Amino acid sequence: MADVTLSNLSKSYGDTVALSDVSMTIPDGAFVVLLGPTGAGKTTTLRLVSGLEAPDTGRVAIGGMEATGLTPAQRNVTMVFQQYSLYPHMTVRDNLAFPLRSPILKTPEDEIARRVGAVAEVLRIAHKLDNKATQLSGGEMQRVSIGRALVREPSIHLMDEPLSSLDAKLRADLRIELKRIQAEMGATLLYVTHDQIEAMTMATHVGVLDHGRLVQFGPPREVYESPVSLYVATRLGLPRINALPAGLFPGAPGGAATIGLRPEHIAHGEGQPAEVVRVEHLGDQTRLHLRLAGHEIVTLTEAQTALGPGDTLSIAPRDPLFFDTAGARVG
Amino acid sequence: MSDFSVIAATPRQKWIAGSLVVLYAVITILPLVWIVATGFKSPADAIAYPPKVVFEPTLEGYVNLFTTRSRATPETLETLGPPDSWYDRIVRQYGMVISGPSRYGERFLNSVIIGFGSTFLSVFLGTLAAYAFSRFKVPLKDDLLFFILSTRMMPPIAVAIPIFLMFRTLGLSDTHLGMILLYTAVNISLSVWLLKGFIDEIPREYEEAALIDGYTRFQAFRKVVLPQAATGIASTAIFCLIFAWNEYAFAVLLTSGTAQTAPPFIPTIIGVGKDWPAVAAGTTLFLIPVMVFTIMLRKHLLRGITFGAVRK
Repeated sequence: MADVTLSNLSKSYGDTVALSDVSMTIPDGAFVVLLGPTGAGKTTTLRLVSGLEAPDTGRVAIGGMEATGLTPAQRNVTMVFQQYSLYPHMTVRDNLAFPLRSPILKTPEDEIARRVGAVAEVLRIAHKLDNKATQLSGGEMQRVSIGRALVREPSIHLMDEPLSSLDAKLRADLRIELKRIQAEMGATLLYVTHDQIEAMTMATHVGVLDHGRLVQFGPPREVYESPVSLYVATRLGLPRINALPAGLFPGAPGGAATIGLRPEHIAHGEGQPAEVVRVEHLGDQTRLHLRLAGHEIVTLTEAQTALGPGDTLSIAPRDPLFFDTAGARVG
Repeated sequence: MSDFSVIAATPRQKWIAGSLVVLYAVITILPLVWIVATGFKSPADAIAYPPKVVFEPTLEGYVNLFTTRSRATPETLETLGPPDSWYDRIVRQYGMVISGPSRYGERFLNSVIIGFGSTFLSVFLGTLAAYAFSRFKVPLKDDLLFFILSTRMMPPIAVAIPIFLMFRTLGLSDTHLGMILLYTAVNISLSVWLLKGFIDEIPREYEEAALIDGYTRFQAFRKVVLPQAATGIASTAIFCLIFAWNEYAFAVLLTSGTAQTAPPFIPTIIGVGKDWPAVAAGTTLFLIPVMVFTIMLRKHLLRGITFGAVRK
């Protein structure tokens, strides 16, 4: 395990800028989650760290050692791809053993059997070890590809939306499992997702990418509570942050064009009257869809609320975030 | 099951489909049956009119195929005593004695060396080239691929004279190496194009995964790409072998003594005796290796035909 430093990485494909001047330090043992919509450069970052692609400019250092010219094998990284990439002509067991049998690791067979067995146990695929890789369900395939990373002890694990194809239950289990592996084994992970629950629950650091630029990097709570821009604010939080004209409520600072109100940052029973449009009972909480001066606002209330469509609820901002016309934070 | 199911065939449809398959099989198999049958006929039966469907089988054709014979006077035959083997007996009926083996075995072996040699070389080079074209940024890639394909845009025999002259200058005339190179050159365009199609279908992620798993590019190619391209390699090999095995025109032109293959040799068996059974016997045996090779790779071939047609 080692810390990984990206310095001023840029990469273009033809006219498309995939990554532009990205620098970040992934401390040893950190769980870094990269957030951003499709095309923001998340996968490109992983590919540059892995060595599958070379940056146009900038450098990658792994464990303090310059890695820019090294092959993926020399960098000693693992990667879980978004589309499961199991070797279809091999059994699950051989797929898991494949990295251990590489000319670089040349692990003895009894050690391979031990590690493959242990990982299969954790990922609950032990009963499928002798199946052909093609005979697995999508979720099983993805667990095997995660397993192929976990049998090794690399400098860093790179994971590209590894849980996106799994069902909710398994995803929740594996979130805990990955977090445990990072915490107990001291593994370093660089993890791409657009699932904010994954980001909030697993990450020690969150990096938010926007059109190839790293716009904010820090602990998940910090990114959630003080986003540098409206864009970052919309990346985290479910339901999404309400972005409304700053003038809708009194007290906006000068230069503010937009007020950002997280659903839980809305005080009820004071301020302006808003109309209840829709009520979503989620069991543990209830989402209220309100309309205020033609703007949709989503807020949360207790599960047993008596409010119904057509009712009126007064609302006021609590700890609001303000952004200027360009979307940058102003207060 | 509704009357208009697209999955289950009605008995009528099955009957029609079955009859068509049988009809096609009869059309294609009949000439083969005729050749195999002729190989077991006597020369008289072979040219009988109307053709004999029922006949007394004899191995005469095969004996004549593998031997050279000379006419002996009755006196000489007397001195030789009774024939000491079944094939001697067959030959003696015509007042002949076996004077030695024919060159068929030798020609057949040449066909095996040249056919399989050029097939191996075509597929080997084709796989490497196809992989490079499929995966790497090759300068002028499209032009090169077109150039490779353009060698197929005329019948190869159209360049017979330049090739003949080149072979004479280079000392490749009538050599195994020369014929292997020639057939490889003809087959390589087919091989590159077919295999490129197959390799294009193999997602790059597999190799990337192998690179990450600690393997070099070549090891990833060998351990991950090759096993998945086996289907394509097998079907390409069959096509290459069939061409090299059956090629006649260049073989006539460029080989005579040492490297002559079976196709130009078989017609010469007919000689003066109109020995059709021997020709048919030679042809029958000549069919066997390709048939065995194709049956061995049949499973791959069937997948190969549909492979690439289905987009995932």
